[in-house]
Amino acid sequence: MNALLKHRLTWPVLALVLLLLLNQLFRADFLAVRVQDGHLFGSLIDILRNGAPTILIALGMTLVIASRGIDLSVGAVAAISGAVSCTYIYNSPDPSSFRTAAVAVVIAVAVGLALGLWNGFLVSVVGIQPIIATLVLMTAGRGLAQLVTDGQIISVSNDSYQAIGAGFFLGLPISILIAAVAFGVAGLLTRRTALGTLIEAVGINPVASRLAGLNARNITWTVYVFSGLCAAVAGLMISSNVTAADANNAGLYIEMDAILAVVIGGTSLAGGRYSLVGTLVGALIIQTLTTTVYTLGIPPEVTLVFKALVVIIVCLLQSSKARALLGRRRRPVTEQSEVKVSI
Amino acid sequence: MNEIVPVVAMAGISIEFPGVKALDGVDLRLFQGEVHALMGENGAGKSTLIKALTGVYAIDGGTITVMGSDHRFTSPAEAQAAGVSTVYQEVNLCPNLSVEENILLGREPRRRGGISWKEVRRKAREVLGQLQLGHIDPGSVLSSHSIALQQLVAIARAVQVDARVLILDEPTSSLDADEVQQLFAVIRTLRDRGVAILFVSHFLEQVYEISDRMTVLRNGKLVGEYLTRDLPRMALISKMIGKEMDALAELEDAEGRRQSDRTQDAPFMQAEGLGRKGSVRNVTVAIHAGEILGLAGLLGSGRTETARLLFGADRSDQGSLRIGGTVRTLRTPRSAIDRGIAFSSENRKEEGLIGDLSVRDNLVLAMQASKGWLRRIPRATQDQLAEKFIRALDIRPASKDALIRNLSGGNQQKVLLARWLITNPRLLILDEPTRGIDIGAKTQIQKLISTLASDGMSIIFISAELEEVLRLSDRIAVLKDREMVADLANDGVTMEDVMTIIAGTNA
Repeated sequence: MNALLKHRLTWPVLALVLLLLLNQLFRADFLAVRVQDGHLFGSLIDILRNGAPTILIALGMTLVIASRGIDLSVGAVAAISGAVSCTYIYNSPDPSSFRTAAVAVVIAVAVGLALGLWNGFLVSVVGIQPIIATLVLMTAGRGLAQLVTDGQIISVSNDSYQAIGAGFFLGLPISILIAAVAFGVAGLLTRRTALGTLIEAVGINPVASRLAGLNARNITWTVYVFSGLCAAVAGLMISSNVTAADANNAGLYIEMDAILAVVIGGTSLAGGRYSLVGTLVGALIIQTLTTTVYTLGIPPEVTLVFKALVVIIVCLLQSSKARALLGRRRRPVTEQSEVKVSI
Repeated sequence: MNEIVPVVAMAGISIEFPGVKALDGVDLRLFQGEVHALMGENGAGKSTLIKALTGVYAIDGGTITVMGSDHRFTSPAEAQAAGVSTVYQEVNLCPNLSVEENILLGREPRRRGGISWKEVRRKAREVLGQLQLGHIDPGSVLSSHSIALQQLVAIARAVQVDARVLILDEPTSSLDADEVQQLFAVIRTLRDRGVAILFVSHFLEQVYEISDRMTVLRNGKLVGEYLTRDLPRMALISKMIGKEMDALAELEDAEGRRQSDRTQDAPFMQAEGLGRKGSVRNVTVAIHAGEILGLAGLLGSGRTETARLLFGADRSDQGSLRIGGTVRTLRTPRSAIDRGIAFSSENRKEEGLIGDLSVRDNLVLAMQASKGWLRRIPRATQDQLAEKFIRALDIRPASKDALIRNLSGGNQQKVLLARWLITNPRLLILDEPTRGIDIGAKTQIQKLISTLASDGMSIIFISAELEEVLRLSDRIAVLKDREMVADLANDGVTMEDVMTIIAGTNA
């Protein structure tokens, strides 16, 4: 029991369950999942489907944060990705074919890769602080997206493209399947290989990592490329879901949601040890919160305040200091910043 | 001695951590106007005892009496208010603030709601003057001074609040001989003013020079309290480690090995006038398989810089480097590691440890890095390696899952050594591998270095302790003012010889 209480995922999972139960209290059919036209329907499915872009972006963000960085440009990258693909489809001679949609996806993903390379270059080669380096693209990216769409909202009608964000496969939303595959791949890639440990090592102590022979530069670069990739796919989902590219509003503030998801999931912003599962739970909490706001009929003016309150509570529950106060533990665990710790 | 009643009396102090009894019924008495040394190996409980006295840890048993009244401090601030001030090993000041701001941080004299800077300066001058440190400009930025001076400023800060008790935890570990004397002068001034001083250091000579009385701890228990003049060095060492030290045997070990001359073979590494602008120049050395090359020189003479050049941590821009006969430019540590070179930095915390990772992760890090991220070392192999080296180097606690930042300095050093030994290097560069670790671990590490060299590994050994360099090395390269000035075969070289070279005006 004690070990369970101490596990870093316990509190976020508990918060998620409580939130879901709260919803059930106000809407009796909230937790119900029913089959309609061969697809699964229900609030839970909606949470998964609408949360897919956040989950995906938070996934990339987790590795960036583990390496002691941060990527503020993900929202802008998502907007550019949607803008590029929709504009391509809109201008192509055959705007409704599968082939067009496929090419659009490939182009958007390639653009995401290129933008990730750019961020990684600024951080790892040029040595600019991550928050500044990615701020560049966060601001400039929206402008780029507007250039691509010529300042218009580009609507497309292509069934294959729409399937990415709104379609179903084997009864499940395709977007959540994509996010699940990305999660699986990232999990395998970082934990079955040594990549995860190496990212953590670079995040905890970059100087020592370099002296131990790690190629810290390439590792840092890689995580930004991966983050760009995730953001591009998320951008595809967002634009596909509304069948339009909105350079100004697509993925707006999603970087904040993603960072929150990572923090709620127990990964420290100071870098180092990370938890992908924690991030998943964190992203689900945030999406459930948004849904809760609608369920409870909270007026839109106070929505953000409500969200902030829940986030504060979750973060307090995770802080060992706050927990010590709650439990009145006699000897608080003091983090000593000294070399010598007697055992 | 001056007074019968001690300023601080700790009696029967016990502290328990989950699973460990860190302190078990320890007594400590501090008298006015006396320097008291707290002695013991790493992990003996010195730091824990200090933290009990300063309120960082709550005590589970025993009493603390400060100037006649019972105290149970719950924070360092409370302890300070009662006149107990502490200066830690690392300077805990703000490097970007001025000296005066640091001295009075948090207790600035106020005037009409604002800080009276005039008063700040006056008080800073006053306390610096009392400590014979009048030459320090109170308005200068702290980071513009050497570590030694910063340490003195930290002491000035500690005594500014009329401290009755001053605790100095390893204050000399990063100071050179002159700076130590400067520090000691300040300590003596304070002692003569009646301050009780608790001094913790690994340097026996310093302890004997400065202290009047000592308390020895071992494994969290009190061994005893002695007058320094009554306790010879060897007796102290055997009290600290709990057995008679066979130091002479260790010494002969090293002597025996040194007989063989390996200079006929082709050298593994050869540097010709290697240098780097602003760092070090004229490094010309050859190192053969199985040879120990010692680097001697004062602090700041370019020892570490030389090591960094030979490891590719800094890129050279002068001279040439041959490895196995071929000219190479080492651009990154990685390229050096690929050629069989390993480097253990003097700066364990900043440049060695990955603090939040486990002992196992830290152990295999260099090997994993050279294998690349794709070829992960299987968990079973990692465990085997970790267990093997924990046993071989006697790393404590013997847990591969412990976070490395929770280990004591000596054990961290062993893990870092093991990190490189796993990669089976041909040349191992050790920068201050024995600094700040206790005498037991120190002998173990020196012995290990000898053994490794006998097995054919080349070793570059850097230490501030000249004795140690002379005892272990086959050859000695002497550095002075960031330049290599001599390369001697170690046959009958004495400390005086090396000192003469270092002191010489045109060596």
